[in-house]
Order: sequence, then structure tokens, then C-alpha cells
Amino acid sequence: MDREKRLEKIKNKFSSAVSALEYDKVGCPILFCSKEKIIELLTFLKTDEALKFEFLADLTAYDDMGQPEESQGRFVVVYNLYSPHSHDRLRIKVRANDGEAVATATVLWKAANWAEREVWDMYGIPFEGHPDLRRIMMDQRFEGHPQRKDYYWRKYQLFLDAEPMPEELLKG
Amino acid sequence: MNRDKIQDSDEIYEDAKIFVNIGPSHPATHGTLRMMCRLNGETIEKSVSEMGYLHRAMEKIGENKTYHQFIPYTDRLNYCSALNNNVTYTMAIENLMGIEVPERTKYIRTICCEIARIIDHLVCIGINAVDLGAFTFFLYGFHQREEAYTLIEMLCGSRLTTTYTRIGGLGWEPPTEFLPALRKWLDGFETAFDEMDRLLTNNQIWIDRTKGVAVFTKEQAMAYSFTGPCARASNINIDLRRDQPNPGLKYDVVDFDIPIGTNGDVYDRYLIRVAEIKESVKILRQLADRCPTSGPVWVEDKRVKIPSKERVHHSMEALIHHFKFFMEGFDVPAGEAYTATEGPNGEVGFYVISRGGPKAARMRIRSPSFYMFQSLDEMVEGEMIGDLVAAMGSVNIIAGELDR
Repeated sequence: MDREKRLEKIKNKFSSAVSALEYDKVGCPILFCSKEKIIELLTFLKTDEALKFEFLADLTAYDDMGQPEESQGRFVVVYNLYSPHSHDRLRIKVRANDGEAVATATVLWKAANWAEREVWDMYGIPFEGHPDLRRIMMDQRFEGHPQRKDYYWRKYQLFLDAEPMPEELLKG
Repeated sequence: MNRDKIQDSDEIYEDAKIFVNIGPSHPATHGTLRMMCRLNGETIEKSVSEMGYLHRAMEKIGENKTYHQFIPYTDRLNYCSALNNNVTYTMAIENLMGIEVPERTKYIRTICCEIARIIDHLVCIGINAVDLGAFTFFLYGFHQREEAYTLIEMLCGSRLTTTYTRIGGLGWEPPTEFLPALRKWLDGFETAFDEMDRLLTNNQIWIDRTKGVAVFTKEQAMAYSFTGPCARASNINIDLRRDQPNPGLKYDVVDFDIPIGTNGDVYDRYLIRVAEIKESVKILRQLADRCPTSGPVWVEDKRVKIPSKERVHHSMEALIHHFKFFMEGFDVPAGEAYTATEGPNGEVGFYVISRGGPKAARMRIRSPSFYMFQSLDEMVEGEMIGDLVAAMGSVNIIAGELDR
């Protein structure tokens, strides 16, 4: 099954949720998906016999502040999928406004756990149903989200004492 | 949780539970990462890992520096294989701009990637062995690594932080004695590595310490997005060099095997790395034979080509061009691209979004260590505390690319 047929199959199945198919500069297809259907789409991509995008190569986000697309949703969560069978890549994008939650992909890939924590830490996009949505790079007491376009890149916050021990370790 | 409470409670003493904090500055972590373990006797019951101690906001810097200014920062990602990061980053920007570099540059870049792979694996195995008490491999390995650094020094003048590639070309043309020196080093290295291999591979102490330790099954490794030698040790057959041959590199003309493990334990990860070093030697020999010894290394593209020093020193226009090129940067057309190569540790990828202008709108760095470090908790739970060090070394977490 070649790439065109695979994309056709996805578009047929999710005709209402998936909009505009684009290609990036190296010819990798990009699909925009509605926020409600994202987990359904990712599950289909992961489990379908003909597609088998089993591998979450990367989960990240970017800030569209000041861009014409901002009106549709300021942030874009990017799922970079890879299929070890067909050696093909596919990028799924979801738009979210400031403060809007996106469903977590940890139900499908454990790797999404820290990746989503990073997105939360850097952009402040909450993930609904995430088991442990804490900051990952920054101190827990950090204010704001440093990768947002409105966070000045040389601004810093100083914490002189250590973070408290995580509760998780002491339970169970 | 306050510590007084732990010390005062008798219950904890009855179960003989101890909290051990490993890192952020511990000799076995090789970087600033932290694991907090709750032990029952010597068995790890629960482990929580933490990162962020080496976070330098690389991605934010990438959005605030010009494309050329970011090249030195890529050295500091996986500092054991800086050349591979340089190559991947420049290819990512070239893909965005639609530039195809000359054939000779492709060969030299592929050679760079393979040298980087060898030295990264040497460091990984050597340090893993040191942590488990086998010092000799480390010393032999570092000797060979220094020799390889001398080769890299021939290319770019520096040893560790290379900054060798440029967008559209290379920083410097390799000297004529580079390829003969590479062949000479390969001959010496192959003999030395055979001896080093014999130090550990059939060493009963090494096998006892590593076999069956920190096992990760195929499903687990898949769920945690393992790539590189650790994924292949867990019997996942992926390698971007073969699966997605990048047009900017020359893996399609060379013949090599991809070693696949079965058990996914520390010993398999070691074996895969050893086999990969041998494959890399094979690749390097073929590349050294095929690499053109003359020809341009720069693409003839006015947008990215750095004006030659002779012209800059003798003509006003070239001087202005040079000045504007470095002070303002060059425009990259709007668009996005994800470019990944098979780094020594796994998939190293740069997801760059441009909105035009000399700076990126988004500079995402996909690092293999980030995805592998989060699996370490699951990997070591139920293992002995002494084996944690073995597991940590075998996964080869480099804090530079972990925290970015």
C-alpha cells in the first residue's frame, strides 16, 4: 500500500475531523485534526493493519502568536509519527487555544508522558488525563511558560533552594 | 516530604526501606541527572528520575539566533558525537531551503557521522565498563578516541566541539592528508578493537554483571520510542541509515549490516554497540575509497555561500556581503521540515519551522536520550541497586541532549 492510498484511507475514515492535507519541504504529509477526534485518529493510525504508525517519533508543540492562523487556535501540538514497517512519516497537528486542554496520548504511547510534560512546561498546554502533569525542565515554582513567543528569551527566575522531594516516591 | 518524618517512623525501619538519591552530581550519572530510589534491602522498589539540571533553553536560543549562529550550539547537544549533530542540523536547514550540497561534501559528512558513531560508542562502552569496575577497556578506548579526535582536529581544528559543517557546505575543506590518515587510523583501530573486544565480550565477570540485567522487551521499547542501539538490542529492526536514507548522506552507496539483538538486556546493548563499531569501520573503509579527493565542498548558492577570504580582503562588495551575511543572517523561505539521522544514540532530529527571515520560528530538537531516560524507572524497578549503574550506562544518557 503506497502513501497516497494510505492518506486516502485516513481521509475517508475521518473526513469530518481531518482537514487540509499539506506537505512539508521534504514531502512529509501533514494532517490537521480536530481536538475532539485526536485520540481516535491516533489509535486508528497506530493499530490499523495497513497503516501501522506504531512509533511516536516526537511529540512537540509550537506557538503561532502573531500569525494569521492564530484565530484558529494559538498553539499547535505536533505528533510526529513513524512507521517501522513502511518507513514512512506522518505529522498530525492539533490546534488549541490558550488554556484549552488536549487529550493525552499516554494511553497509546508511554513515551508521550515526558513529551507532554515538556509541552506543558514550555508552552502551558494542559493534557487531559495525563497521569503526572508536572513541570519537567523548569523548577516547580517557575512562573509562566518559557517557550511562548511572549516570554522574553533573556528573562530568568532564580531559585536558591532545592525543590521538595516528589510525593510519588513516598507513596505505595 | 520532610526527612525528619522518615527517620522517626519505626515502620520504615521494620521494612528496611532506604531512600537513595543518585545524582545530580554522581560519578555514575555522567552528567547532571537525578534518580531517587526507594530500596527494600538492595532491591529497588520504586524509582523516580528527574532531569532539567543542564537545561540551557537550546530551543529558545534557536528561535533567537540566526541559522548560522546556532551551529555551535548543536555541538553541545550530544557532546560525545558533536559532528553528527552538526551534520543533522545543517541538513535540516538545507532541506528547508531546497539546497543540495556537492557530492564530495556528502561523502565527508557521512565520514564525519561514522567517526562520531565510533567515538560515541567507545565512550559509552568504556564508561559503562568503568562503572562496573573494568577499567582497562576504558583506557584503551580513550586512547583510540584521542586518535580519532586528532582526525577531527585535521578537519576543523577543534577536538570536542567541532562546529564543522556550514549550511551549504563545510567550514573547511579537508586537507589532502586526511583520507590517508583516516585509513591508517582504521587499520590501527581495527587491531586494537579486536583486543578490546576480547577484554569484555567473553569475560565471565562482565557477562555475570550484565546478562539478564535491566531487560527491556520489544513492546516496552516500542512504547517508549526507543531508537538506535538500545532499540536494536530489544529486537526492533529500525535504522534510519537503511530505512530512510537521507539524500544528503551517502549510506546508499555503502554496504553494511545492521546488528539486531534478542534479549534487550545490558549485555545485548553492549554487543550491539561493539558490532556497530565494526560495521562503522567497514563503512568508513568504503567511504574512504570512494570519497572524491578534489572538487567543490560548497554549493554554488549566493544565499548561503560564505564569500571567500581572498575576495573579502580585496573587494568592497565582498566585504559588505560578508558583513551582512554574518550580522544579519540569510533568509530561509517559509515552511517546515523534519530531518532526522541515525545518531550514535538513536534518532537525532531537527524539526525547524521558518516563517521567512533569518531566524527560525520553531527549533525543535528530537533527542534520543530524552525518550530513553524516562524508561529508566521502569527498567530498574525490581533490579538491584548495583545494577542501576549498569542500566544507566548502557542506555547512554547524555545530559546535553537530554535537557537541551
